[in-house]
Amino acid sequence: MQQFFQALMAGLADGAIFASLALALVLIYKATEVINFAQGEMAMFTTYIAYALLTHPHFGHTLSYWPAFFMTLVIAFVFGVGLQRVVIKPLEKASVLTVVMATIALLVILNGLAAWIWSPELKFFPSPFPTSTWVIGGVHISKQDTGTFGVTLACVFVLWLFFRFTKLGLAMRAGAVNPVAARLLGVRTSWLLALGWGFAAVLGAVSGMMSAPTNFLSPSMMQAVLIFAFASAVLGGLESPVGAVAGGLGLGVLLSMLGTYVHPVTPELRLPVALLILLVVLLIKPAGLFGRVVVRRV
Amino acid sequence: MKPRLAYLGFVVLVAAVVIAPLLSSNYRTFQLAFVGIYLIALLGLNILTGLTGQISLGHGAFMGVGAYATTILVVDHGWNNLLTLPVAGVVAGLAGLAFGLPATRFAGPYLALATFAIPLSFIGLLKRFPHFTGGTLGKQLPSVHSQFGFHTNPSVWVYWTSWIVALVMFVVAWLIVRGRFGRALRSVRDSEIAATASGVSTAGVKTVAFGISAFYCGVAGGLFAIAVTYVNPDTFPIDLSILLLVGVVLGGAGSLGGMVFGALFVEFIRITWGPALLDLFSQVHHINTRAPGSSLVVYGVVLLLVLYVAPAGAAGLVRRLVTGKAAVAAWAKQSQMPAEDQA
Amino acid sequence: MAPLLELKDVSARYGPVAALHGVSLTVDAGEIVAILGANGAGKTTTLRAVSGTVRRDGDVVFAGKRLGRMGPEGTARAGIAHVPEGRGIFAELTVWENLRMGAYMRRGRPNFSTVLEYFPWLDARRNQQAGTLSGGEQQMLALARAFLQRPRLLMLDEPSLGLAPLVTREVFRVVSDLNHKEGLAVLVVEQNAAIALGAAQRAYVLETGNVALSGTAEQLKSDDAVRSAYLGY
Repeated sequence: MQQFFQALMAGLADGAIFASLALALVLIYKATEVINFAQGEMAMFTTYIAYALLTHPHFGHTLSYWPAFFMTLVIAFVFGVGLQRVVIKPLEKASVLTVVMATIALLVILNGLAAWIWSPELKFFPSPFPTSTWVIGGVHISKQDTGTFGVTLACVFVLWLFFRFTKLGLAMRAGAVNPVAARLLGVRTSWLLALGWGFAAVLGAVSGMMSAPTNFLSPSMMQAVLIFAFASAVLGGLESPVGAVAGGLGLGVLLSMLGTYVHPVTPELRLPVALLILLVVLLIKPAGLFGRVVVRRV
Repeated sequence: MKPRLAYLGFVVLVAAVVIAPLLSSNYRTFQLAFVGIYLIALLGLNILTGLTGQISLGHGAFMGVGAYATTILVVDHGWNNLLTLPVAGVVAGLAGLAFGLPATRFAGPYLALATFAIPLSFIGLLKRFPHFTGGTLGKQLPSVHSQFGFHTNPSVWVYWTSWIVALVMFVVAWLIVRGRFGRALRSVRDSEIAATASGVSTAGVKTVAFGISAFYCGVAGGLFAIAVTYVNPDTFPIDLSILLLVGVVLGGAGSLGGMVFGALFVEFIRITWGPALLDLFSQVHHINTRAPGSSLVVYGVVLLLVLYVAPAGAAGLVRRLVTGKAAVAAWAKQSQMPAEDQA
Repeated sequence: MAPLLELKDVSARYGPVAALHGVSLTVDAGEIVAILGANGAGKTTTLRAVSGTVRRDGDVVFAGKRLGRMGPEGTARAGIAHVPEGRGIFAELTVWENLRMGAYMRRGRPNFSTVLEYFPWLDARRNQQAGTLSGGEQQMLALARAFLQRPRLLMLDEPSLGLAPLVTREVFRVVSDLNHKEGLAVLVVEQNAAIALGAAQRAYVLETGNVALSGTAEQLKSDDAVRSAYLGY
């Protein structure tokens, strides 16, 4: 019982991190049919920014955790919008393949830049949550896992409120469904795409800052997370935000349970297992568990 | 390209391969050997990416499969290293088929996503089964410098071995591209639904393309292992897979000759060209041009600039110069809507 | 008085294929003008050239101002509502969200009560997914959404497409209503010449990207060529 709940909570915490990065991918994919391969490196880079805010004195003093956390989210937003405007916007009329290659270029650049600025060595990144546990009915529940889960899902929830209840959020959804019709109603879709990149960067920053305390900070810290996020997004159908979150949480719990109860599944096998799950799901349901099959145009 | 021009290009390539080691230092010859090895891998990936339009971010791992096949056969079973190359290709090709069989049934973005997971999964598998792969330490191969009564130093030996294999496989790739199978591949790229309608099994064609590309990468990987004389899980990182795709795109996806440019880029951008470009800047600004990551930044920026300026890659540029026609860029699809109101 | 909308020698092309070869036409304030013609005559392209969803050459003057190459969002902001071919409904959004999108450019709370006077049934369907509406209902929703833009000119592309005759008549009744009561100018592209000439005051006939004929609805109804080609009697 104890083991089960520990595995469940650890899985949900991991899953929430996958979910927020998966949601970032879906945000951009839904609007432009482009998979942003740089999503993981954007998350890594903004986590380094948080690290800089936490460790280097700015205006005479370093920031404490939560101010640095929120400031990082703001910087991440500006960073995401800026990347879309500077790197992606000039390729507006290019094919999807060219834009995907541009995101790969971005991946390479950000990875190199982080190693260049902060050195490729592993760095310790603090967690805002204590390492102690709560004991409820004889079961130990990790405060760190609970906190990670809570913070990540709170960010996802705020984003959901934005999309559900604000005019801008509505326009972004409309633009993703039918960009030409949205433009005919006066929506400047190109700026909404930049906004989408901004939100995706914020979600990435959250996932980066939440995974760094356990995975350590390094230029390649998000590569594995990005692959888990890909798997989550695909499980959810790539176009469904709800599916991405559900896929992320499900994958996190599944991997944690496999690691706990199936002994041949050592940590090295987490990625191969995720890949296997991805392939099997796509074989059974080619549009993902939550996706709709869309008739392809000739 | 016109056949006559293509023959001429191939003759120039062979001549360059024969002359280059005469003009090069030992170290440069060793580097040029790797150009040949990368050329083999790019020729393979080009059959997938250039002809069917599917991108793969995982083919470095198929090089890894080939490299491990060669190493295990040589070290643990005492095979002659050259004889391991076909086996390396076949093992990698089978791995490619096994992956491609389910994966090529997915639409474009899903396949690219799935391939991205291959390199890291491969590394995980290598570490999980250390008794077979040597685990994190990897395995050491003997250095080769004489065979069949032909004595020379390792650089020169590796150079000739790599390039002879590369040229043979170049011709084979050319035959594949020109033949019936090449037409089927191109019809898949141009319109999947139309290809299906005319009786081409798109998933089947793509799976075979995936297998062939993995075979090429496996052979390249076997040569790579022989050349560097060791393999470990870090020899084939995800960066290599990305670099291979970048090589195909920069060389000009779909063009065989372009892959030579791509291979030069893959070998030289990180160690030679990148730092050299940075040195130009460092005279103006005070930057540490030998810092880790710096050459990655340069190569990312170069890739980005090429995407803006010449989306059809080096081959597209050459074609433009040769034919004088501008818009050959098949990738630069024009849309009809005027640009956004900037008010 | 200057016309509300004036096209001067407008041409447009899709890649290498020219679709319009210099079309000139006008729409006055408060007027319904129809564009008739066969498939491929350039009717849809004319509307798209105005709204900027296709690149055009030649001048488009609206309410005394030249419309630059501002793209669809700029045209919408200038006061032209374009209901495109296929209606441009956001199928995954609800009816009410579609309507809210109509008022996207308006500041403050949109006034839905006037819309509901013309389209009372929308109220009961507000939470339904727009994609699940019938064709006629989708056309009505598109009209309501366009009306919420508070445009000075409404451009409709084949409102009758795929609709039953009774439903088509209902759509045109609402369009005429909006024209009479709200003074909304309408430029409508239509295959169904009989119903379009019934609602419109004036009309243009396009043939292979050129204006072949123009006049009042009455004149065109009695024109032999129009009668045999488009009215079928």
